[in-house]
Amino acid sequence: MSTDGSRLTMSRKPSFNPFAASAPATPSTPPALSEKRDMSRRPSTSKATRITSFFSTSPKPKPEPQTAASALLAAAKQQSSQLTSPSHISSPSLSLPTIFLSTAQADTANEDEPPTTLFQPPSPAETRRIARQQAQFGPLGHQSHRYTSRHAGGLFPEPIIEDPPYYYLITTYISYLILIIFGHVRDFFGKRFRQHEYSHLQERNGFAPLNSDFDNFYVRRLQLRINDCFARPTTGVPGRFITLCDRVSHDGNQTFKPTGTTTETLNMSSYNYLGFAQSEGPCADAVEETVKRCGLGMASPRGDAGTSELHNEVEDLIARFVGKESSMVFSMGFGTNASAFSALVGKGCLVISDELNHASIRFGLRLSGCMIEMFKHNDCKSLERKLREVISNGQPRTHRPWKKILVVVEGLYSMEGSMVNLPGILALKRKYRFNLFVDEAHSIGALGPNGRGVCDYFGVAPSEVDILMGTLTKSFGANGGYIAGDKALINKLRVTNAGTIYGESPAPAVLSQIASSLKIIIGELVPGQGEERLQRLAFNGRYLRLGLKRLGFIVYGNDDSPIIPLLLYNPAKIPAFSHEMLARKISVVVVGYPATPLVSSRARFCVSAAHTKDDLDRLLRACDSVGDILQLKFSSGIGGGALPLPEGVTPEMEKEWLRKEKEKGQEVMRQPPRWSLSEVIKKGVQDVKMPLR
Amino acid sequence: MDLQDAHGWLVDLLNEISVQFQKVPGSAIFLRYVKSSYQNDPVRSAVELFLFLFAVKYLLAPKYSTSKKSYVKLTDEEIDELVDEWVPEPLVAPQTAFEEAENEKRPVIVGPTGPKSKLANGRIVTNVASYNFYNLAGNESLKEKAIQTLRTYGVGPCGPPGFYGTQDVHQKTEADISAHLGTTACIVYAQAFSTISSVIPAFSKRGDIIVADKAVNFAIRKGMQISRSSIRWYEHNDMMDLQNVLASVVKEQAKKPLTRRFIITEGLFENVGDMVDLVKVVELRHRYKFRLILDETWSFGVLGRTGAGVTEHQGVSVKEVDMLVGSLAGPLCAGGGFCAGSSEIVEHQRLSASAYTFSAALPAMLATTASEVLAMLETNGEMLALVRENIKTMWAQLDPRSEWVHCTSAMENPIMILVLKAEVVASRKLSISEQEQLLQEMVDEALANGVMMTRLKSMPRGIHVTAKEVGWELQPGLKVCLTLGLTRKEVERTGTVIRHAITKVMKAKR
Repeated sequence: MSTDGSRLTMSRKPSFNPFAASAPATPSTPPALSEKRDMSRRPSTSKATRITSFFSTSPKPKPEPQTAASALLAAAKQQSSQLTSPSHISSPSLSLPTIFLSTAQADTANEDEPPTTLFQPPSPAETRRIARQQAQFGPLGHQSHRYTSRHAGGLFPEPIIEDPPYYYLITTYISYLILIIFGHVRDFFGKRFRQHEYSHLQERNGFAPLNSDFDNFYVRRLQLRINDCFARPTTGVPGRFITLCDRVSHDGNQTFKPTGTTTETLNMSSYNYLGFAQSEGPCADAVEETVKRCGLGMASPRGDAGTSELHNEVEDLIARFVGKESSMVFSMGFGTNASAFSALVGKGCLVISDELNHASIRFGLRLSGCMIEMFKHNDCKSLERKLREVISNGQPRTHRPWKKILVVVEGLYSMEGSMVNLPGILALKRKYRFNLFVDEAHSIGALGPNGRGVCDYFGVAPSEVDILMGTLTKSFGANGGYIAGDKALINKLRVTNAGTIYGESPAPAVLSQIASSLKIIIGELVPGQGEERLQRLAFNGRYLRLGLKRLGFIVYGNDDSPIIPLLLYNPAKIPAFSHEMLARKISVVVVGYPATPLVSSRARFCVSAAHTKDDLDRLLRACDSVGDILQLKFSSGIGGGALPLPEGVTPEMEKEWLRKEKEKGQEVMRQPPRWSLSEVIKKGVQDVKMPLR
Repeated sequence: MDLQDAHGWLVDLLNEISVQFQKVPGSAIFLRYVKSSYQNDPVRSAVELFLFLFAVKYLLAPKYSTSKKSYVKLTDEEIDELVDEWVPEPLVAPQTAFEEAENEKRPVIVGPTGPKSKLANGRIVTNVASYNFYNLAGNESLKEKAIQTLRTYGVGPCGPPGFYGTQDVHQKTEADISAHLGTTACIVYAQAFSTISSVIPAFSKRGDIIVADKAVNFAIRKGMQISRSSIRWYEHNDMMDLQNVLASVVKEQAKKPLTRRFIITEGLFENVGDMVDLVKVVELRHRYKFRLILDETWSFGVLGRTGAGVTEHQGVSVKEVDMLVGSLAGPLCAGGGFCAGSSEIVEHQRLSASAYTFSAALPAMLATTASEVLAMLETNGEMLALVRENIKTMWAQLDPRSEWVHCTSAMENPIMILVLKAEVVASRKLSISEQEQLLQEMVDEALANGVMMTRLKSMPRGIHVTAKEVGWELQPGLKVCLTLGLTRKEVERTGTVIRHAITKVMKAKR
């Protein structure tokens, strides 16, 4: 219905659009995309011109900018205002006439007026608006910059963890050794000669020190050196670009003073996978409308008087989205996990948890009072060994059988960029009959052809997983978390879960953001846009990953993961990389021990649908030069990024070809990939569509 | 290479080694020591060498064996059999009838929450169930400010505070809260409920000592559980008992190395509603050298001239409280929680409080709303006075006039907790779940008459936990939350409805 409405608008546009004729319009392509496609060919001035030309003659007082971020704003606005009004949500047919009316009006207005002002330059205000919008969500550069995130079939592709040359490994250890020795020497003299600086580590008039000297050593002597790379304050929307509030430190990173200036940087740091961090567009409009209608908060936990119709609507939407019967939402993702397990497992129950599971899972598990066992990260063999051991031995000491066994894994691991081996774990589940809890904090919205998480990615029925948990912070640009499962399960949790009884109810504004972004992903709102976002994210992830591999960096994780960790190893390279990137106006997250193993410090890029290919090329260019300065290109080629095959050899034929060459007596040695930047950019787009090699 | 060559090469090598060895400073002393200890006794040297090797192995070995060996070695077939035989319990137990009813009867609000709320069944009821004391949930100027923030910041910050999730609005809110309270620093968390559960384990570790009030709320209990500290309880609000416990802890620990010690209590108790005697607690804390963690979730924004909490109300300097934890979600109608204290304490949490480090930051809109409400509280003391008027009116309606219930809350607490009188419980031999059943009937009865209130629910016990392990259990009660959105007349009428509902239920079940 709404689809028809918008299609009507758009399909008529080309008739007086001189540029649109060149755009190949396939009937199956949603109108929003064809709009974007032809726009993308033109520099932004002409984009704006064309847009102004449509609206300058329309009866609307203020023109609506039509960029990729909000191509169908007119239609969307109408619909988003419907979206939150209660009676219309469940029965979309009711909203049908409104939408038809509005779009039709806009249409007739356009038809009546000849496009006389086609080449009028956009007003400065208009240009600013568009620039602002594109700083939050970049326009799609070309139709080929899309890819569908889907498991290619066959065995689960185990990510290859490449070790660096020994030189880097040994220098890393030596670096830490030097840091630690220096730290202790400074402590030794500091405690004797500058006692006031160490007062917090010593007994003070009968009170034990708040921090133990030992626990605090890492923070004091290692983290403090690089503290300026963390917790950089920002302002504005964390979209495609992020604005940092500049600050300086005059006391060795103890304190920071804001300088009052800001820097706009390319945002490779936020978990804004689908680019819904926007202050304009259908989501923001829906949020504004909800705030006006429903106020600011519920001022009550869900269990008491904190449940509104909006909560139920969002829960239904989420359940439908993830493919479960029922779901419940919480106001904080961490809190969701922290309170979830106490209502599921307890004494006499066993949880087998992946060793790299998030802190919130560990927090929740420790609260539940169950036994906790770990298995090696994503290693099904290790899990099976553990399962056989625990089931055959039963509970410790008493050897009673376990009451239940819950396996807890994450869909996508935020520090490794690796995906769970879901098919492997489900095969084990069928054999060993344990319950499975999948934390989709990072994978929901970010993986799968429909963005529905790991189940969608692997083409597995969601019913096979007992509990699907996820956060609403990341892909949806909102806040909070959810748990989805069977109706009976969720109903039980609603009365036994502490998060429902005590946790504050999510604010209407946040719920509205969740609902509208979900509807866009599903395609109920602004059809085509959700699909575009998903496919752009998938493309961006693969493109950047392949590019970095080809440049010679060691990266971790699966090919389709939007999280791309770039390995740095030496501790001194952590701040150096961050500073070099900041100097090139790119914000990156750097992490070191203790968030990662001691040696494998890394920088982490999170791609977003809001990024354009140009942004990624900019990042690749920066990485290329920084990689040379900091000596970061040390991959041997086993992790991917191989040199191109000779003429006439397709990737499918690669194995065969290698074998033949060997028979001929000239074995093809694996070359360390060190592509030139221009080659990487030239070949990137087409090679991304093939299996990455 | 034949044997001759090899021999020659070996001799050369040994010579070379001995020459090099002699060049090392101190080698002569070492040789002399070995020679003198050798004393022509090869057995002795062998034993010494063995001891030396053993010491090296011992030093390098892990402290304890990490491999857990099962007692019985099972074959694969046996394991397969055991696996086949194993029948797990269902993931959750089926719902009880009471739980089912609770799920069904949970009120669903349409549109904004407020003193008069519209429910999904179309009825408009008086809402004395939400913590909307100042009726700010629908405040127009706050809404406008929130929309402005939305148009600048979007909704979510899309990242944890450590990784570009800290926005300037968060820093402003933190500064506003610490200015309002008079502390030097403050840290804002994304959810009030998770705040204290994270603050406690950030400071109190294994081996530290926590002395806590028996009635502290669920979140504090969870925080203490995760800290793995040793916990000592004192009787609820019993300062004599607190003193005894503190004295005994100090005595016990006198000979041991000094550990961190904490007193944890609440400003207004979530489970009982009464107020802490902060003056006395602070005095004791100084006498026995304990740090004080004060949970002001229910008193911040409520007590005191400007709503700064129990410190302001009782005239205690806020510096006397080491960690002051509060909520921005209840009466402030924003979201999130905070911990205020010295900058040392706050900065420590930024790295070691899990709910801060590992969670996304608070949405900017909620942060600005909190700032705005604080400014309102500071300038508009009338709001607090109005709520207190309404509390008095409601008290007069319920506490002295009901023969069934009495109110355990402090007179200043807008959340009135009404529990069944001890003599009623005793004469009817009511168990906790029977009381809950009765109270739920009262809630339903009141709702049928147009008043939505709620119950003080038992704390969730966890799976397979017996009553014995729980320790203190709260007495279930009714929760009546006052708001300035109701006129005196309306409050009186609401009170009458509640009183009648209580009487009706109690009389019907004689």
